[in-house]
Amino acid sequence: MPQRHWEDFSPGSVFEFGPRLVTRDEIVEFASAYDPQPMHLDEAAARASMLGSLAASGWHSCCLLMRMLSDSFISQSHFMGAPGVEEVRWLAPLRPGETVRARATVLETRPSRSRPQLGFVRFLFELLDSSGARVMTLTVSPMFARRRAPYATRGGALC
Amino acid sequence: MRFFEDIGVGDRAEIGRHTFTAEEIKAFAARFDPQPFHLDEAAAAHSLFGRLCASGWHTACLWMRLAVEHRGREDAMRRASGEAVAALGVSPGFRDLRWPNPVYAGDTVTYATEVLELRPSASRPEWGIMTARNTGTNQRGEPVLSFISSAFVERRQQQRARS
Repeated sequence: MPQRHWEDFSPGSVFEFGPRLVTRDEIVEFASAYDPQPMHLDEAAARASMLGSLAASGWHSCCLLMRMLSDSFISQSHFMGAPGVEEVRWLAPLRPGETVRARATVLETRPSRSRPQLGFVRFLFELLDSSGARVMTLTVSPMFARRRAPYATRGGALC
Repeated sequence: MRFFEDIGVGDRAEIGRHTFTAEEIKAFAARFDPQPFHLDEAAAAHSLFGRLCASGWHTACLWMRLAVEHRGREDAMRRASGEAVAALGVSPGFRDLRWPNPVYAGDTVTYATEVLELRPSASRPEWGIMTARNTGTNQRGEPVLSFISSAFVERRQQQRARS
């Protein structure tokens, strides 16, 4: 399969990933390692919390999305990473046994001023539950290699 | 957790530090961010980074863990001295996450949090919303992580009744 370059993304394009089952065991295992709040570890504590019942750490949702992208998207493109993340919104609890999907919508593209061999693609990622409701949105502008570097490139390493 | 009314803008705490071993960098990456420069020293040597480095999500997740542990220690001290402990609610999310420098295997990151803004929740009178800037700094004093988080924090009963 041809690998996507920066030129292959245009505003309005939509990509879909998944499905991915999220089990109770992995929710508890992730929370034990990285977010050991009782509402992510224990059903009784979760019932007494704002969550109402056991749900995944929001960071777990971020990591699951990263893995889903790695498996089906990053590996098929000249992805050069992202220096950060613009915004993450945790909109609904991610419950054990849920099957999630992800949708990526291209918001805009722009060439890098300092690195002519790269361009940025600004995406809205949505993590969706099995009913189609949004669990999380994540806005980020990763870099991709350009297919044709413009004239007068500085050349050399990418960083 | 302190109650919403007991927190002040500008309050800052160092919440802990963590040394990232090559083994845990690879284990996290294999699970969530399987890119060559997070998985393998030889591949990392040929990448932009030059050496094995942690997934940015790994660096951020350790902030979360140390924040929870820091709060647990503070809550235990408050309980031991007979003080009430406030509940921390969920977080609606975060913004402006930056990874300005890589975290290499063997680096030690010191994490901190500073309160930026406090406002009562319009829709939930028993909760306030705390906005904080969270940072990670390596052993050379270089920034490796920053983001701005928000979270619901419990208000004192009498303050709720007045509002």
